[in-house]
Amino acid sequence: MQINPIHNEELDLLLNDISTRYGYDFTEYTRASLQRRIQRLFTVDKFPSFAEFRYRLQNDSHYFRRFVEEITVNVTEMLRDPSFYHTLRTTILPILSTYPFIRIWHAGCSTGEEVYSMAILLYESGLLHKSLLYGTDINPLVIEKARKGIFPVRQMQKYSENYINAGGLKEFSEYYTANYYLAKFDSSLTARMIFSTHNLVSDYSFNEFQLILCRNVLIYFSRELQGKVFRLFDYSLENFGYLALGTKESLRFSPMADAYRQVGREKIWRKVRDAG
Amino acid sequence: MQDRLLVIGGSAGSLTVVLSILKEIGLGYPLPVLLVLHRQSSFESSLEELLYVRTRVIIKEVEEKEMLRPGRIYVCPPDYHVLVEQDHSTSLDYSERVNFSRPSIDVTLRSAADVYGAGLTALLLSGGNADGAEGMEYVKERGGFTILEDPQTAEVPYMPQQALFRMTVDRIASAEDLPLVIRELGHK
Repeated sequence: MQINPIHNEELDLLLNDISTRYGYDFTEYTRASLQRRIQRLFTVDKFPSFAEFRYRLQNDSHYFRRFVEEITVNVTEMLRDPSFYHTLRTTILPILSTYPFIRIWHAGCSTGEEVYSMAILLYESGLLHKSLLYGTDINPLVIEKARKGIFPVRQMQKYSENYINAGGLKEFSEYYTANYYLAKFDSSLTARMIFSTHNLVSDYSFNEFQLILCRNVLIYFSRELQGKVFRLFDYSLENFGYLALGTKESLRFSPMADAYRQVGREKIWRKVRDAG
Repeated sequence: MQDRLLVIGGSAGSLTVVLSILKEIGLGYPLPVLLVLHRQSSFESSLEELLYVRTRVIIKEVEEKEMLRPGRIYVCPPDYHVLVEQDHSTSLDYSERVNFSRPSIDVTLRSAADVYGAGLTALLLSGGNADGAEGMEYVKERGGFTILEDPQTAEVPYMPQQALFRMTVDRIASAEDLPLVIRELGHK
């Protein structure tokens, strides 16, 4: 069995190269996860040595694209954690409905399943026509997939269960047309979505939102980087807007925690004043 | 002195042994203990609560970026992998299942072995899938100490057997003997 062939110091070199050459800064990602995924790529692509791996990354931008696709985590599902969506439906959306226009940002949306979940909720609350959903991710490949709104049909049974548990009002299958392998979601949902690449580490705020969702992204960031991203979210969130995080993520350690109040037991916080 | 960590991996049929080990060592064990147990993510009560109710030992669910401290017993949260950082803090990871499992025992063992090396002890218990076997082998490569629940006394022998197919473990103990073996290990 092979001992992890990439050492910590080598990883530092690699990340510095990438930051200089491509402007992607992974140095503040949590090390263990990043190391594991880089290791995996190194092994799968059968590099004979670290030096060759490093050379390829420095000189082949196509390979770097693969690197980004492979080391970012793109696991997601529709209506994951049904109780979370239930709270969105029953507590948050009724308040957002008072706005003339609703803007929602899914930061780190991966292949878009959460964006489609939200669009369905908005549709059933009669709000989709006056909402715009922004989905962003660092990885261009997943953004292309998200735009298409086509997902494996074998997932639909699970999603349908999530949908029912989240308080769904219809037949989940009304939202897509399926063939043997694939389910394509209704274009009336996609019509209210904007997908774009965006790097939470280096890119700026691009709009103001009433709701920002960023679930299972911050677990891969150092505390310092988390703080930076929280500032970006705070700057992008209207007063009395909401920030939703993953089940195991928290605003607790953020310097702006005082400016936010948690909504019930879910990982949703409301901005009650400017953090300054 | 070298920093130490005990990781216990278990799947189907491991709960009884885990409970008796926890009862035996209680709190104040000289090294941090990290439990990687497979379970249905749809369980209502948390594993934390279940283990407490059955053993009266306070177990803590791992949070992201939490320092692993001697004397405490940690359990992986459902549906997340747990990795260990150089500074002995934990990272949560929601990436793909490994061996159909999240948390995966292999994932935690590999990352803990990179950090703790010879200071790591890994115990693999009863289970019905192959998770943990590769991790055990890796722990040994890195100089750690490996213990296996004897497949002959394991409720579901498949998992410890998979480890035996790959490697020679340092110690094999029956379900009955394991609590004492683990307690003594702490005082070495």
